[in-house]
Amino acid sequence: MKKILTVLTVVLAMACGSSIAQQAAAATYSNSPGASYSGGFRSGAPLGRALSAVAQASAQGTIHTVTEGQSIQRAVEKAQPGDTVRVMPGTYRETVFIDKDNIRLSGVIEQGRWPILEGDGQLHDAILYSGNGVVVENFTITHYKGNGIMGQAGNNFEIRNNIIIDTGVYGIFPQLGKNGLIEHNILSGIEDAAIYVGMSDNIHVSHNEVFENVAGIEIENSRHAIVENNYVHHNTGGILAFISPGLPIKTTYDVIIRNNFIINNNLANFGAPGSTVSGVPAGTGILLNAADQVVIENNIISNNKTAGILISDHANAAYMTLDPDVEPNSDQVMILNNLMTNNGYDTTDQVRAVMTAYSKNGNPDIIRVGASKDSCIINRHRYITAGVDDFAQCDFGNTANIASYLLKEPAPARVISKSEQGKYAYLGICSGCHSYKGRLIGPPVEVIQAMYMNNPQGLADYIAKPIKKRKDYPDMPPQDYLRPAVRLAVANYLLTLSK
Amino acid sequence: MADSKTMLNPVLKALLLLFLLAPPLSAAQFQLSGQCPPGFDKNEQDRCILYTLYDQYDSIENAGVGGLTSSLPPRRDGFRPEQIDLGRYLFFDPILSGSRTLSCASCHHPSLGFSDGRGRSVGTGGIVLSRSAPTLWNSSFLNSFFWDAREKTLELQLQGPLYDPREMANSPAQLLASVNANAHYPALFAAAFPDGDRLASAGAVTLAQIYRAISAFESSLISLNSRYDRYAHGFHQALTSREIKGLNIFRSFVARCAECHQPPLFTNQQIAVIGTPEPEGMPLDVGAQTTYGSARLKGAFKVPSLRNIEHTAPYMHSGRFATLRDAVEFYTKGRGHAVPAGVTLDLHWHINEPNLSDLELDLLVDFLKTLTDEQFTPAIPSAVPSGLEPVGILPERAGLEQYNN
Repeated sequence: MKKILTVLTVVLAMACGSSIAQQAAAATYSNSPGASYSGGFRSGAPLGRALSAVAQASAQGTIHTVTEGQSIQRAVEKAQPGDTVRVMPGTYRETVFIDKDNIRLSGVIEQGRWPILEGDGQLHDAILYSGNGVVVENFTITHYKGNGIMGQAGNNFEIRNNIIIDTGVYGIFPQLGKNGLIEHNILSGIEDAAIYVGMSDNIHVSHNEVFENVAGIEIENSRHAIVENNYVHHNTGGILAFISPGLPIKTTYDVIIRNNFIINNNLANFGAPGSTVSGVPAGTGILLNAADQVVIENNIISNNKTAGILISDHANAAYMTLDPDVEPNSDQVMILNNLMTNNGYDTTDQVRAVMTAYSKNGNPDIIRVGASKDSCIINRHRYITAGVDDFAQCDFGNTANIASYLLKEPAPARVISKSEQGKYAYLGICSGCHSYKGRLIGPPVEVIQAMYMNNPQGLADYIAKPIKKRKDYPDMPPQDYLRPAVRLAVANYLLTLSK
Repeated sequence: MADSKTMLNPVLKALLLLFLLAPPLSAAQFQLSGQCPPGFDKNEQDRCILYTLYDQYDSIENAGVGGLTSSLPPRRDGFRPEQIDLGRYLFFDPILSGSRTLSCASCHHPSLGFSDGRGRSVGTGGIVLSRSAPTLWNSSFLNSFFWDAREKTLELQLQGPLYDPREMANSPAQLLASVNANAHYPALFAAAFPDGDRLASAGAVTLAQIYRAISAFESSLISLNSRYDRYAHGFHQALTSREIKGLNIFRSFVARCAECHQPPLFTNQQIAVIGTPEPEGMPLDVGAQTTYGSARLKGAFKVPSLRNIEHTAPYMHSGRFATLRDAVEFYTKGRGHAVPAGVTLDLHWHINEPNLSDLELDLLVDFLKTLTDEQFTPAIPSAVPSGLEPVGILPERAGLEQYNN
């Protein structure tokens, strides 16, 4: 019953759309660039300058060189924030994980010889990072089961100049990160999205070549992202902007897709059953699903057999599970000038049905199903479309004022003062065994204060390596996992407690 | 901590029984602590404010999910210390149940990871319920409650078992009558809700006060200093090399555990259809289908936190898996392998076929055991104001063999 209702709603929406269409069809022809889009985010990043997302490499950093036969991970373990791990050409079979900040993992390419990370179809991910300020560059990555490069909540990252071939689920997958640059990579043979930006903010994806993947580039549950100057060809679907269901961050908005070549994306879908991309029809140039405020500008979109641009919603996508907390429509879509030719020449039955419902003929460049509030387009007369006749005329013609949504300075770490550090550590750890007055597990704070009143360093040293002092109390476990500065801060804090 | 052993010690138990035979209890016996529990600092307004080492980090959109160094979701804190301590007495007092035999702790026992060691919990009169009791650790950070996510606050959640005729089987009228008639509770409530407090009442104890006190206690159960946490904050020696390998499998995109069990809470607080089997002979539980009124959510359940997971066997919403090894193995047996014939489930897209080896499953279990931290376990009161035995009748630890297939 519910399904029938949905279909009816769609048909009704289509019917209303076509009556407005008659008026809109007489619309404006525009060759002038017009006003510039102001975007949804002011990054302050300057126009006409090389982009970067990490702080300048510090001159003091140590370089740890790894040669074939050695372990990259050992070098990462030795590296301190600010250091570079330099990997010489050769083959390396390992998972490299970076759980610290400001590490540059940099391959060296010599006369065509690259450092190759080889997963042998057994290893899970090639490179995992959770630290901030991580750079990964100049690697060939192949035959991993999971991802090529995966970020988990690392901010301020740069992933560039990598070749990622025939490896796992995603090629480059920064997740839950802020301020990241993905540029000059080549990715092919990925069974989901080659470049998958998930639940992230302020991202720039440019100058990548992605081909023969299920999805070329996917911006998902993310905000303030620009995808530009990429060569996206021979995938199942070229560039996707989605809200995927079942994730803790529920929006995608403020995305600019511009100046890309999106060509011949007709590869048969080889996505894993149940994955969100497994339902992407082969031959889709750009696919929007539930994403809002997406600008599509100056792309060359050609020879995609289903449609050049497909705008959909969750209700019309069988591959989307239900998420009651997601707004499921693609609203505020903005289609500026694009070169579109020879799309939709061998389209799906579903798209044909939409064309029929709108009484349209020919091979579709642009198709819209489901509601799409407050969307706009310019020069709509150039394309064969269904479902966009009721879009307004955009009152701007370009996005030239926006160089990037990267932050002007790297996203700052939250700063906690030294004295506050002591309080956090005392309450987070010490207070389980010590209270000011009275016995919990260890002696009361006032007793400790009497012993160490003028000797915070002595107390800081003691907690790192406690020795038994009182027969009537259990042994204190060493708190050596706290950094020396934090141990001193907690000692200082404890000695000043008065209640 | 010494108190918590009381119930396990037969000699003390006998002494306590003797003591209970000689009412009335002295008023001085019950005094609410003015100190905040561990992890909390008392501010100028006498409210307990939580401090955690994760407060030094941020997270995208402040969602409280991420990687090793991400902030936590918004928390519930700011209760008076007396409210928290009053909640502790209520939590362990069987006066809350209609039959005066069950307390909250009967299904959420501190020695059993604030769960009950059973696949499905036991309610009033020994009735076996349909779902497993979730842990209460870190409830402060949750934004929905029950396996089917049907309530959004602790206050609403606790009224579920309190008044369910199969669970604690009380009624608001009986609860109010018994608390107000008690020799100690009215004075304790007056101390916890002094004049000027939002919930202060001139005369009798109110339901809102009872709900708030229990919620205050539940919000105080903080577990964030496991060996994993020490690794996360930068002390990499805190985990063994096997455990680190397990962590890398856990967060890999092959196993994808961390895609839903996201740090730092090890849940992303979503509902997900994953298609786990029910115990033999039990019909399919439709879960959040009922909450949201959509068949597309048939079999959806809340993603539980994995903190202290080592102590809350058996696993899944109806306890089908006796061990952690069985629970992790479920995920590698194939997408939808346990969905009953004739049932269609809209499985979550992260449920796939990772083909993990036996060794990899063992390493995952090793890693999960690094999420254990019970350092802030509160003491079980040696006596509660009703004079009943604290905790009430604790369901015996269930024989797990029946689920082991």
